[in-house]
Amino acid sequence: MSALADVPTWSDASLRGFLHGLPGVDRVGAEARAAMLASRSIKTTAKQWALDAAISMIDLTTLEGQDTPGKVRALCAKAKRPDPADPTAPMVAAVCVYPDLAQVAATELTGSGVHVASVATAFPSGRASLDVKLADVKYAVAAGADEVDMVIDRGAFLSGRYQQVFDEIIAVKQASDGAHLKVILETGELVTLDNVRRASWLAMLAGADFIKTSTGKVTPAATLPVTLVMLEAVRDFREAHGRQVGVKAAGGIRTAKDALRYLVLVNETVGEDWLDPRWFRLGASSLLNDLLMQRTKLATGRYSGPDYFTLD
Amino acid sequence: MGKFEYAPAPESRAVVSLRESYGLFIGGEFTPGVDGRAFKTISPATEEVLAEVTEAGPADVDRAVTAARKAYEHTWALMPGTERAKYLFRIARIVQERARELAVLESLDNGKPIRESRDVDIPLVAAHFFYYAGWADKLEHAGFGPAPRPLGVAGQVIPWNFPLLMLAWKIAPALACGNTVVLKPAETTPLTALAFAEICQQADLPPGVVNIVTGAGETGRALVTHPGIDKVAFTGSTEVGKEIARACATSRKKVTLELGGKAANIVFEDAPVDQAVEGIVNGIFFNQGHVCCAGSRLLVQESAYDEVLASLRRRLGTLRLGDPLDKNTDVGAINSAAQLAKIRELSQVGEEEGAQRWSPPCELPVKGFWFPPTVFTGVSQAHRIAREEIFGPVLSVLTFRTPAEAVEKANNTPYGLSAGIWTEKGSLILWMAARLRAGVVWANTFNKFDPTSPFGGYKESGYGREGGRHGLEAYLDV
Repeated sequence: MSALADVPTWSDASLRGFLHGLPGVDRVGAEARAAMLASRSIKTTAKQWALDAAISMIDLTTLEGQDTPGKVRALCAKAKRPDPADPTAPMVAAVCVYPDLAQVAATELTGSGVHVASVATAFPSGRASLDVKLADVKYAVAAGADEVDMVIDRGAFLSGRYQQVFDEIIAVKQASDGAHLKVILETGELVTLDNVRRASWLAMLAGADFIKTSTGKVTPAATLPVTLVMLEAVRDFREAHGRQVGVKAAGGIRTAKDALRYLVLVNETVGEDWLDPRWFRLGASSLLNDLLMQRTKLATGRYSGPDYFTLD
Repeated sequence: MGKFEYAPAPESRAVVSLRESYGLFIGGEFTPGVDGRAFKTISPATEEVLAEVTEAGPADVDRAVTAARKAYEHTWALMPGTERAKYLFRIARIVQERARELAVLESLDNGKPIRESRDVDIPLVAAHFFYYAGWADKLEHAGFGPAPRPLGVAGQVIPWNFPLLMLAWKIAPALACGNTVVLKPAETTPLTALAFAEICQQADLPPGVVNIVTGAGETGRALVTHPGIDKVAFTGSTEVGKEIARACATSRKKVTLELGGKAANIVFEDAPVDQAVEGIVNGIFFNQGHVCCAGSRLLVQESAYDEVLASLRRRLGTLRLGDPLDKNTDVGAINSAAQLAKIRELSQVGEEEGAQRWSPPCELPVKGFWFPPTVFTGVSQAHRIAREEIFGPVLSVLTFRTPAEAVEKANNTPYGLSAGIWTEKGSLILWMAARLRAGVVWANTFNKFDPTSPFGGYKESGYGREGGRHGLEAYLDV
């Protein structure tokens, strides 16, 4: 596996040979493992740590046609201080917006430590010419995004044009000028877990800093089995190549309970090296308020109503 | 300390109300033993005494058989299948209603993790009663003739590894077919069987249809040799199974035996590695390896050996051993001091024979009976740890080069209960399955149970099948 992966130049045939030579994924087994880990019971001190860890791993996201600079500014305020009533609540990892609003976010977040992530490459479909995609990336980075969330060309991947997907990621990586590159696989369109493993490796071989499950615009978005397979991929990739790649689960993660399940998955699949916002992210919007509510409940023993937590 | 240490998450014991002492369940009532002998049952995780249990002597067994006979002749065998089904459905529902209590009780008395008793044992118990309840009024469609008759009184002896589940495997088909039973649970795990006796009362089951006699080997012997028994069903060691077969050979009793195993879990180079590793772990460390069909021999294709072993070792490092009642525990306590001694002895032999022993770093509790998950590599077919059933969390790893060699090695054992095959190649699965002499062959999974699926062994793993339509045959006069 490792010997082939070190070959510097690829072709469709050699990429196909490599990706299809990866160990298969048995769907039933992967789902059973994810379900078993989802039954872990996280209580008291462990819950305390996990809730704060989950908050610090959030890419607080708004990706709507109706987004405005005002909305993004509000989101940035929340990202920096999620719970106005409790300064001990940690900041989130990043704010994630469309490229045209990256500048607003960058201005708001200057010096805060919260990263500015922008989706790019004709998000979410990725159906545009390479020139347009690269221009999109350059625009986002120039506007102040230090993290770029690109989408792969799922059509090319599914029809076996691996070289094209690979080259596009390399081109985007170059265009993003040092910004942290997250590669969205859109696993809901890849469908099989074998495809998820192959796409993960393809993205990592092409230089992805992060691999990300979904755009959030396709159902299903992030699931535990998909994330499990991606975590196994980054674990195996580090073993083979010595480079650590992050994982971002995005879309459909709405409750603190969901978030804790993802952290358990990370903990027991790749270990604590990945239990850090630099290596694991949760792309979400409504999740943050539930985490804050659970956090307050744990600290005070009481639930406050949703009116006590700010809308973003 | 790691970053994310799970805080203790113990399941509450409050749902269980233990009596100080338990009588024998005969003729629908708890009654004291004739000669007043008793023994204690302890929690293997803490050695705490849980309750005192009556030791049934020959006179008690005789009373139980008489009660069963009376119920058979006057009530149960005469009852239409639709009516018997109602009782079985009712029992199944009560098991579900009392599931949490039964799971906690099972983990207390047996030492198995609550996650397993809660998610595997008890749901399967209910499923078994539901399944055979469905057969009770359809026996003429089971393929055994137009009106198959029950056998009479069944004497049933069950082991300690899945106490309530083995009870369900025995009692559900027997009752569905119209037999009555006298069942002896294992001496280290009698409590859920006694809770089941209460469930029979709760379900208004006619007195004498189910009788529970507690005790050890002597009680079991009195039961299986009792002349009033028509059918003997035993799950346990091959040694005792042979003794029972000899004892019943001169009688008209019908016998089914479900005995030991030394299953091969066969991993090919094209296996889905991550799931295969889960299957290996589930195959041998599920229920601390106290599983007759455990995948205790891992056969790995040589070309995949390094990758599989590295993944397996990494995975074993994440197993959580400890308090069986903690919801996050993966590996619980060994069931008894005697079993622990046997596991220790065979592991010692493994080392002396030259195999390499490895366990993940893991702290064992001071009190109670504990053994770490253990892997032996460099094992050959000639080693005792590759031939004898250890019945503990000990895996022996062997290698093979071709499918034919895998079959040869897998079959080279006096046992033949189960086997596992891991490959992405469907045709290879079928080719292997046709050649493996094992009652159950799992493909890309292991230790999966379902009431609709027959279970049983080849060779010294026993005879007869339990579960599914096939399981009816053991309790019908056919």
